[in-house]
Amino acid sequence: MTEWIKICALEEIPSMGTRVLESGKGRVGLFRTDADEVFALADRCPHKGGHLSQGMVCGQRVSCPMHGWSIGLRDGTAAAPDVGKTDTYPVKIEGGMVFVQI
Amino acid sequence: MEKMKLVMVGNGMAGVRTLEEILKVSPNLYEITVFGAEPHANYNRILLSPVLSGEQTLKDIMLNDVDWYADNGITLHLNKKISRIDRVKRVVYAEDGTEAPYDRLLLATGSNPVILPLPGHDLDGVVSFRDIRDVDAMVDASGKYRHAVVIGGGLLGLEAANGLKLRGMDVTVIHNADWLMNRQLDETAGRMLQKSMESRGLKFLLGKVSKSIGGKDGRVAALCFESGEEIPADLVVMAVGIRPNDALAASAGIHCNKGIVVNDTMQTYDPRIYAVGECVSHRGVAYGLVAPLFEMAKVCANHLSMMGIGRYTGSVASTKLKVTGIDLFSAGDFEGDGDADVIVMYDAAGGIYKKLVIRDDKLVGTVLYGDAADGSWYFQLLREGRNVAEIRGQLMYGRAHLGNAGHQGQTQAAAMPDTMEVCGCNGITKGMIVKSIKEQGLFTLDEVRKHTKASGSCGSCTGLVEQILASTLGGDYSPAPQTKPLCGCTEHTHEEVRAAIRDHKLLSIPAAMRFLEWRTPDGCPSCRPALNYYLLSTWPHEVQDDPQSRFINERAHANIQKDGTYSVVPRMFGGITTPDELRRIADVADKYQVPMVKVTGGQRIDLLGVKKADLPAIWGDLGMPSGHAYGKALRTVKTCVGSEFCRFGTQDSTGLGIALEKALWNVWTPHKFKLAVSGCPRNCAEAAIKDVGIIGVDSGWEIFVGGNGGIKTEVAVFLVKVKTAEEVLEYTGAFLQLYREEARYLDRTVHWVQRVGLEYVKSKVMDEACRKALNERLLFALKGEKDPWAERASEGVEKHEFEALAV
Repeated sequence: MTEWIKICALEEIPSMGTRVLESGKGRVGLFRTDADEVFALADRCPHKGGHLSQGMVCGQRVSCPMHGWSIGLRDGTAAAPDVGKTDTYPVKIEGGMVFVQI
Repeated sequence: MEKMKLVMVGNGMAGVRTLEEILKVSPNLYEITVFGAEPHANYNRILLSPVLSGEQTLKDIMLNDVDWYADNGITLHLNKKISRIDRVKRVVYAEDGTEAPYDRLLLATGSNPVILPLPGHDLDGVVSFRDIRDVDAMVDASGKYRHAVVIGGGLLGLEAANGLKLRGMDVTVIHNADWLMNRQLDETAGRMLQKSMESRGLKFLLGKVSKSIGGKDGRVAALCFESGEEIPADLVVMAVGIRPNDALAASAGIHCNKGIVVNDTMQTYDPRIYAVGECVSHRGVAYGLVAPLFEMAKVCANHLSMMGIGRYTGSVASTKLKVTGIDLFSAGDFEGDGDADVIVMYDAAGGIYKKLVIRDDKLVGTVLYGDAADGSWYFQLLREGRNVAEIRGQLMYGRAHLGNAGHQGQTQAAAMPDTMEVCGCNGITKGMIVKSIKEQGLFTLDEVRKHTKASGSCGSCTGLVEQILASTLGGDYSPAPQTKPLCGCTEHTHEEVRAAIRDHKLLSIPAAMRFLEWRTPDGCPSCRPALNYYLLSTWPHEVQDDPQSRFINERAHANIQKDGTYSVVPRMFGGITTPDELRRIADVADKYQVPMVKVTGGQRIDLLGVKKADLPAIWGDLGMPSGHAYGKALRTVKTCVGSEFCRFGTQDSTGLGIALEKALWNVWTPHKFKLAVSGCPRNCAEAAIKDVGIIGVDSGWEIFVGGNGGIKTEVAVFLVKVKTAEEVLEYTGAFLQLYREEARYLDRTVHWVQRVGLEYVKSKVMDEACRKALNERLLFALKGEKDPWAERASEGVEKHEFEALAV
C-alpha cells in the first residue's frame, strides 16, 4: 500500500484553481473545485501531452490549455467524442491539509 | 428504489434522440419501453432517397440497431402499434393486446403522408414515400412494371421520381402548380430545375388536376385528369405533403390542433405526457426538418430528466436542397414584392440562377440554383438582419469576393473529391467528414465539429463544412438557430448577458450566474472568460478580476507553448527600443538560457521557451512592461520610420505610435486589438490590416478601422480624416471604448463592425459629445492600472501560479 504524502494546506491551491506538484513520478496536477474537493492527475493530457495543470477548472472537469479537451477530474477520462485517459492518484483532505498517494 | 417507467410511442429520429439525451443526463432514472409500428429499429428517414435509388442500403442508414436498445436496457416492441392510452390508469395498449404502464409517456408518433382521396387510391400499387415499406414497394414495382407516376412536384416527389428513374422506370411527375417546388422556388428557378430533370429523362405534367385512379384486377393501371386525359400508371406515388400524426393523442382526449399541442417544455395538456417531433404543434407550427426536431428532443429530455431548465422557442428554417445532384437553396421571401429590390444573375446556358431580395438595405430572401455555395452565408445575413448597403455591389458574387483569403474557389462541396482537405487546422478531408456524418448519424454543424474537429479551430472552413453536411444529408439539413446563446450553460445571448450585468449592476461571476439562472454550477471554459470580461469592462474598479476564469495565457501573463514552456514579449512603445533595452534582453536570454529569440510580426522581440518558474525573475531583470502579447488586450502599435528620418515621410508616425501605445496599453478588450501608424500613403506599417490603422497624409491623418490580417484578410475601412495627433488619439480611444462596451467577447473589430454596420459606429464616434464621453470612460477604466509584470516580479502577486509544489 502506497503511503499518504502530505503536500500542502488546502488554501495553497486556489479555489477552482490548480497547482503543479513535482514528484518522483513526474509532474502531477492538483485541482481544487468550487466545492473544495481536490483531485490529483498526471499532468499530461491524453491527446498531445498538454499540461492539464495549466487548464481551467469547471465543475469536476479541467479543460486542457492546448486544444480544449475536457478531462474528468474524478476518473481522468476525456469527454466524448474524444477518447483517452489520464492517470489519477488518490487524494484526501484531513485537518485542512492535502494528502496524496503517488 | 424502483425506477420510474417511461414509455415511448413511436420509434423515429426525434423520439430516439430524446432517449439518447435522457440517457446522457440521467441514465438511471427510468425503466424505458419503446413501441414502434414499423418492423425496424431507428433508421435515418432523411436518407430514404439514396436507398430508393440504390446508392445505399437499409443497413447503411440505421442510426440505432436493436442491440443499442438492449445495451441501454430499453425494452423494444417492434411491429406493435399502440391503439389506446388509458390516462386514468396510466397504461398504453397495443393492437395485439400488449400493454405497458407508465409514469411518463412520450409521444413521438411522427407524421403521416397525405393521401389524396381520389377514387382508386386504395388500389394496389398506390404508395406514399415515407418509410422503408414504401421504398420496398417501389423497388419491387420497379422490377416488374414500366410506368410510374409521381403526384407532387415538391422535394419528396422529385426525389422519389429520380430514384424510380434510376431504377429503370418510365417516370412522369404530376404537379398542380405551374412550376416545380413552387413553395421554395420562383418560376425561373423552377423551370431550370424542370429542364435539368427532363434532360435526365423524367417527364412532367404541370398545372394538371388528378381526378381518379383507374385499376385493373385490383392493381393501379392509369391516372385520369379532370380534363379527361389519362396516362398509363403501374405505380402511383403520392408525395403531396405530410400531416402530424395526432390521432392516438386525440383519441385519448389530449388537446390537438393540427398536431399535438405542446408548450415550450414539450409537455402536452396532460402533464405526465410529453411529445416531440413531427407530431407536435408548437406555438401553432409543425416542423418537418431535422434540426428543429433535435432541438425539441434536447429540451424534452432535459425536462424528463427532471432538470427543469431549457425551453424550446421555435426554429427558423431554410431549405438547402440537394435534388438529384442539383444544387438548390432557398430562404425567406424569395419572390420579392413591390417595395423590394431584386438583384438577379441568370446564366441560362450555364444553368446558374441567383436571386437576392433586398428590402430596407437588408437581405430578406434568396433563391440559388446551380451554385448554392453561398447559401449558408446569405442565410446568415438574412437571419441576422445585417445591413448590406456597404457590400451590396459585391453581394451577388458571394463571400469569396469580400476579401476571403481562405479556401476560395473550393465551393462546390458535392463535386469535391473525398481526399481533398477541408479543415487545414486539423487535417480533416471531405471523405472523413462524410464518413462521420453517415456512420455517427450527425445532423448539425456542432456535432460535426465535436466528432471530426473540422471547422472547430480557426473556423474559416465553416461554410464548406456546412455545405458538405447539407449535400450529405440532402433536404433535411437546416442550419443553427439564429439567436445563439453565449454557450451551453445558458439560453441567454451575449447581448442579454451584457445588458443584465449593466442594468442590474452584477459585480461577480457567481452573482451573474445566479441572476441569469445559469444551468451549470460554475460555468464552462467558454462562458467564464466572457463573463469575467463583461464584468470588468462594465464595472471597472468595482469588479474583482477572477484569474481562474482566464485562459492560462492571461492568468500567467505569458504565452503557453506546445511543450509547456512560455514566451515573453516585452512592450516596446511604437516599436522603438534602445541599446540599453536590447542589452537587458540579451542578458536575460543568456542568464535564463532562452532557447529562441525572435522578432515578431508586430515589431517586438519574443523570448521563447522560458520555464514558467523563471517568469517573474525574467520580468524583474528586463525592467520593461508587459507587451500583452498573450491577451485579449491592446497588443502593439506598429509604426514606419516616418518623417523623422524617411525622405518620403509626411508625418511623425513613430511619435504618434508611441503616444497611442502609451495612452492605450494595459486595456482588456473583447479580442486582441492591434494598431499601426504609417507616415505616408506608402503605408509601410501595413495599417490597412489592423483594428485601427492610421495613415499620414500631407494635410493630416486618415483613420481606418476593422482591418484584419489573420484567417480571413480584411481591409480596414475608412472612418475619418483628422488634422492633429490629439484628434487621432481621441477618435481611436472612442472607437476602442465602443468596441469594449458593445462587441461580443471574442469578436474581432471586423466582425463587430460588420454586424452593427460602419454607419452605426460612425454615428457614435463622429458625434462630439458621445466621442468625449467614450474617451472619459476609457480613461476612467485605465486609471491606476498597474503593469502586471512589475506586480508579479516585485510585489509577489499570484505567487502560487509560478511556484511548483514538491515531494
